[in-house]
Amino acid sequence: MHTAAGSQARLPIRSDMDLVWVRQHVRQSAAQLGFGLVDQTKLVTAASELARNTLVYGGGGTMETEPLTEGATHGLRLTFSDEGPGIPDLEQALSDGFTSGEGLGMGLGGARRLVHEFSIDSSPGAGTTVRVTSWVGRPPRPREEA
Amino acid sequence: MSQAFPGPHGAPVAGHVPVLRLGEVLLVTLQGDLHDSTAQQLQDDLAETIVHSGATGVIIDISGVEIVDSFLGRVLAEIAGQTDLLAARTVVVGMRPAVAITLVELGLTLPGVHTALSTEVAMELLTGQAPSSRFGGLRQERL
Repeated sequence: MHTAAGSQARLPIRSDMDLVWVRQHVRQSAAQLGFGLVDQTKLVTAASELARNTLVYGGGGTMETEPLTEGATHGLRLTFSDEGPGIPDLEQALSDGFTSGEGLGMGLGGARRLVHEFSIDSSPGAGTTVRVTSWVGRPPRPREEA
Repeated sequence: MSQAFPGPHGAPVAGHVPVLRLGEVLLVTLQGDLHDSTAQQLQDDLAETIVHSGATGVIIDISGVEIVDSFLGRVLAEIAGQTDLLAARTVVVGMRPAVAITLVELGLTLPGVHTALSTEVAMELLTGQAPSSRFGGLRQERL
């Protein structure tokens, strides 16, 4: 429950006003943990994508932030949860709707490229939980496709 | 580090973004963190304003915008598209480097959106003239 370097928080995602608070909270937390400007921007952008999915597809939910420490490295974990209809085809949802014209256009593939760790748990009728983690100063994840 | 915290423009802004008219060109300056509804409203306002004013160009200054996600990216692309259909051109100005890096990684390269590094250059692109001194007040150098 208790982690170093800051405190956990849980923010509601119920309106586009809440999306603004989510972005600001993530930026502030990332800055406090020592993320550089580009990495802050990537993490905030990923959070904005995922929070919008929670709002639009999940019918609203929450974001939890959790500062992490691994050795001397700080990280930030964000968990987006909703109790919406869930995603029937995760593989399709994760394929890149923006560039390939496939996928569900949810931007999950794009958000995944902006963070170090990405996991998603969803089944029809049981809601969706997306968890992402980024670490200060760690190089970006290797490109999966050219 | 100071950029990391919500500044004077960091507070959420709802409602209308002002659209300024400079001759044939409409100038819009986006600041801070935009509501989805504000961006959507801007898109509608611009279409109306182009038709009413007969403007032939639109400059959207995003130098004060800290992140562009897929929603705002799509709004910018749609503004460029609808502006084209209304016989005008859109130039997006002043994108921050961190925003450009993130957009490419996100997979959004905004094809069809013209960009310029400064309002002056954008004005030149749209009017085909070197900026005259009366546009001197438009310079927004951010260092």
